[in-house]
Amino acid sequence: MSGQAMWAILTFLAAGIGTMLLGLALRWVDRKVTALVQWRVGPPWYQPLADVLKLMGKETLMPSTARGTGFLLAPIIALSATAVTAAILWRTLLVPQEGFLGDLIVVIYLLMVPALMTVLGASASGNPHASIGAGREVKLLLSYEAPLLLAFLVPIARSGWTLDLGRIVTAQAASPVVFSVSGVLAVVVAVVCMQAKLGQVPFDLAEAECEIMSGVYVEYSGPSLACWLMARMMLLALLPLLLILMFWGGLHTGAWWGVPAFLGKYVLFVALVTLIRNTNPRLRIDQTMRLFWFVLVPAAAVAVVLSMTGISRGIPWL
Amino acid sequence: MALTTWALRKSLWVYHVNTGACNNCDIEVLELLTPRYDIERFGMVLVGSPRHADVLAVTGVCTRQAMPRLQEVYLQTPKPCVVLAIGSCSLEQGIFTEAYHMGPKVDETIRAVDPGAIILYVPGCPPKPEAMIDAAVKAMEFLKTL
Repeated sequence: MSGQAMWAILTFLAAGIGTMLLGLALRWVDRKVTALVQWRVGPPWYQPLADVLKLMGKETLMPSTARGTGFLLAPIIALSATAVTAAILWRTLLVPQEGFLGDLIVVIYLLMVPALMTVLGASASGNPHASIGAGREVKLLLSYEAPLLLAFLVPIARSGWTLDLGRIVTAQAASPVVFSVSGVLAVVVAVVCMQAKLGQVPFDLAEAECEIMSGVYVEYSGPSLACWLMARMMLLALLPLLLILMFWGGLHTGAWWGVPAFLGKYVLFVALVTLIRNTNPRLRIDQTMRLFWFVLVPAAAVAVVLSMTGISRGIPWL
Repeated sequence: MALTTWALRKSLWVYHVNTGACNNCDIEVLELLTPRYDIERFGMVLVGSPRHADVLAVTGVCTRQAMPRLQEVYLQTPKPCVVLAIGSCSLEQGIFTEAYHMGPKVDETIRAVDPGAIILYVPGCPPKPEAMIDAAVKAMEFLKTL
């Protein structure tokens, strides 16, 4: 095996396991803050780890109506797609000059895989609650992808129409995208889309616990449920990272304030997820689609137009 | 395996089954989630599907209608799992013992499908939330011996 392949596998393993641990920690912070907001004490620090370990030790039950292959493969594919995304994103953060052309497109595709696999696994389980959840998940996916991609067009345009994540990051070394009018608009849209991609509270209609009994995951038990939980925790760790890379210029390794500034941005985005989750009720599917298509898509389109005007007229703050 | 047993004790997910209760025990079960008792301190959360559950919190007298459903829910729960029989009704069927619509008691119903089931009894009409927390702690102690 060549050294390069070996190096790629090592990167993949380190990024996967590291993101996993980070995701467990973030999930605990999320639950603890939620508990404190509700004037409760909340779970101990090892709670997400205990949940995952426990599910690993339980038996996997297969419903008699389920299609076994799709049902059991879906969580594994979702988890591995998230791990590959983790490898690409952390590598872009640490060595931005060594990306490959179009890795942004790969990341966007890979981030869609968990949602698609949720639909596949839920449909394969043969449960009516799960099929309602799967339908909602598809509509959610159709809702948030368009504004998210439009919002990503802003940093793509400002870095000279490149689809290389590393070059988008290095192009922001002087002035990050977020320090402009179009950038702020695009970040607001992207944060709402991140909330929907994570399936957190205003947009948790696919697994609405009190109406369709955790919907898409209703038939999952044991290790396969643990795979879903891990994939979701890893997404919780990855999407803030993706937003920082796209809009806020990644890690400035040159300056002493590079790492603390990056940590500050990261904590800010994670805190936003928890804040939105704790202050909003769940939206119905029609309200969700109206919000994304008639509010966020026009907002993102305005951001794209503003940024292109700024580029052609040479106005950096637009 | 010691690690998974530790994890099981620290993360008991509860599914609530009502087999014909008068709703008094159910209110007391929900009381466990409130800030005063906050069962999430012990890692316990209420889940919506028996497939996710480790604890079945059974309330009610177990009527003839509810009996096959309770057995089905028990079989749908991945093992190892613990059954909490909550309230006087689910222990001894209380004042309804000789009524026409009674099935077997909750523990007999579950033992009919799994003789080795782990069943804990929480007496009271309704039991206090403290009593249920005590039962949960005893369940954790018992799971150490698995």
